[in-house]
Amino acid sequence: MIKHDQIEKNVGLLFILTLFVVIWGGLLEIVPLFFQKSTTTPVEGVVPYSAERLAGRDVYIREGCYLCHSQMIRPFRAETERYGHYSVAGEYVYDHPFQWGSKRTGPDLHRVGGRYSDEWHRAHLINPRDVVPESNMPAFAFLANTKAKDTVGADIEAKMRLMRSYANLRGLPTYSDADIKGAKAAIGDKTELDVLIAYLQGMGTALGTMK
Amino acid sequence: MSDFVNNFWNMYVIVIVLAGILACAVLLIVQGKATFTPGKTMGHVWDETLEEYNNPMPKWWSWMFVITVVFSLVYLVLFPGLGSFPGILKWTSVGQYKAERERMDAVVRPLFDKYAAMDIRAVASDKQAMEMGKRMFLTYCMQCHGADARGAKGFPNLTAGAWLYGGEPEQIETTIAGGRMGIMPSHEQLGAETIKDLANYVRSLSGLPGVDAARAARGQEAFANNDCVGCHGPDAKGMQAIGAPNLTDKVWLYGSSEATIIETITKGRQNKMPAWKEFLGDAKVHILAAYVFSLSQGQQNAK
Repeated sequence: MIKHDQIEKNVGLLFILTLFVVIWGGLLEIVPLFFQKSTTTPVEGVVPYSAERLAGRDVYIREGCYLCHSQMIRPFRAETERYGHYSVAGEYVYDHPFQWGSKRTGPDLHRVGGRYSDEWHRAHLINPRDVVPESNMPAFAFLANTKAKDTVGADIEAKMRLMRSYANLRGLPTYSDADIKGAKAAIGDKTELDVLIAYLQGMGTALGTMK
Repeated sequence: MSDFVNNFWNMYVIVIVLAGILACAVLLIVQGKATFTPGKTMGHVWDETLEEYNNPMPKWWSWMFVITVVFSLVYLVLFPGLGSFPGILKWTSVGQYKAERERMDAVVRPLFDKYAAMDIRAVASDKQAMEMGKRMFLTYCMQCHGADARGAKGFPNLTAGAWLYGGEPEQIETTIAGGRMGIMPSHEQLGAETIKDLANYVRSLSGLPGVDAARAARGQEAFANNDCVGCHGPDAKGMQAIGAPNLTDKVWLYGSSEATIIETITKGRQNKMPAWKEFLGDAKVHILAAYVFSLSQGQQNAK
C-alpha cells in the first residue's frame, strides 16, 4: 500500500496519480458524449455556416458578445415563452467553439434569427438606445467602418478548411471546395456589421417554433 | 442518455460509474483500518511551520462519506445516470418541461380560449385581457415599437392612429400574424433637383415650415407625372393595401426633415415587420391585436 507520505515526496508518482484522476473524470464525463446521437447529429435544417455567417460569428466572438448574451434556451416554460423552443445539442454540431455563454446581461440570442428585421439590427447595433431606450448595451457603430474581408474574412478559406476537418471527423455534411473558393466573393465588400447581422439572422431558425 | 451509438458505451458508463463508487467505498474502508499516530507529526515541515499530523479522519466526515456513497447508489436507481438506464422514476428534463407547460396551460388556456372566441374590439375593452396584452407587448414588441408603443425611426408609432396597413382590428391582427414587408423603390434616376422639388412638395402637404414654394409647385407636378401616384395616390393619401404611407397625415416613419425625405426618395426604403403567428400562436396574436388596437383608441380619445 502506498503511503501518502511517499506520494507527496515523489513528484513523478504524484503527477501520474493526478493524471489518472483527471483522466478518469474525462473518460466518464466527456468521452461518452462523442458517441451519442443527440450530440453528434445535426438537427434537421442545421447546416454549416455560410462564409458570410462564419465571418460574422468571428465578429461575435471578437467583440465578446458571449459575455452578456447566452445561446442556450433552457427547457423552462418561462424561457420558451420568450425565446422559442428550448435549445437541443444537435443544433450546435457546427459550433467550434460553441457560444453558450454563462451570463445574461442581455437576452438569449439562440433564436434571434428572423425575430427582428435587418434594419432593426443595424439601428440597434449602431446605437442600441435608438430603438430600446432602456438598453445598457454598448454601441457597435464602428463595425460599419471596417470591411469584413480586411479582418474576420481575411483568412476565411483557412477557417472553412478547419471547420471542414471537424465535420469530416464526424462524417457530417460540410463545405465543398467550391464553397471555400467562393468564400471571399460571398463576403465581398460587406462590412463587419453586415456579416454580424447575417450571422444573427440565421440563429436558431431550424427549430424556430414551439413544440 | 439513451441514444448511444452502440451498447458498448452504455456498458462503459455503467462500469466506470460503479467502479468509481466502489473505489470510494474501498478507500473509506482502507482508511478506517489504517494505523494512526495521534498527536505525532509526520515528521516533515513545509513553508517553515506547516506540519502534518497522522490523525484518523473525524467520525462525522467518515459518515458523510458513507452517506454520499449510499446516496449516489440510491440516486442512480431513481434517476438516469447508469448508461441508458432511465431510472425507475423515468425522469427527463424534457418530461419535466412538458409537465410544467401542461400545468400552466391548464391555468391559462381557458383564458386564451375565452378571448380567442371574442371579437377583437370586445377583447380590447376587457381589463384582464389588456393586462395580458401589455405584458406580451413588453416581451415581444417593445424592442422595435418601444415600451410606450411610440416606435422609433423606421419603426411605426402604434399610438398615433396613423396606419400603414390599416388600423381596423382585423387588419392589425393580420399584420401581427403574417408580418409585413414594406418597400419604397429608389428614385435616384429622377435627379437631385427633381428629388429636392418632390421633398419640398411632400413637406408642404404636412404644412411643415421652411418649404420653398416654387420648388413645392414643381414638385407637385413631378409627383403627378412620375410613379409617386402609383403607390401614394394622386392625393398623396397613400394606399393601405400595399402599405404605402399617407404623406399628408403629419406622421413620419423616418423623419420629416428635408434631408431625410430626400434620402428616402433617392435611396428608397425597405422595412420588415416579422411574422408572429408561428411563434406566438393565434390566441396570443389575437390578444396582442386587441392591445395594439386599444393603444390607438386611447390616443384618439385623448385628442
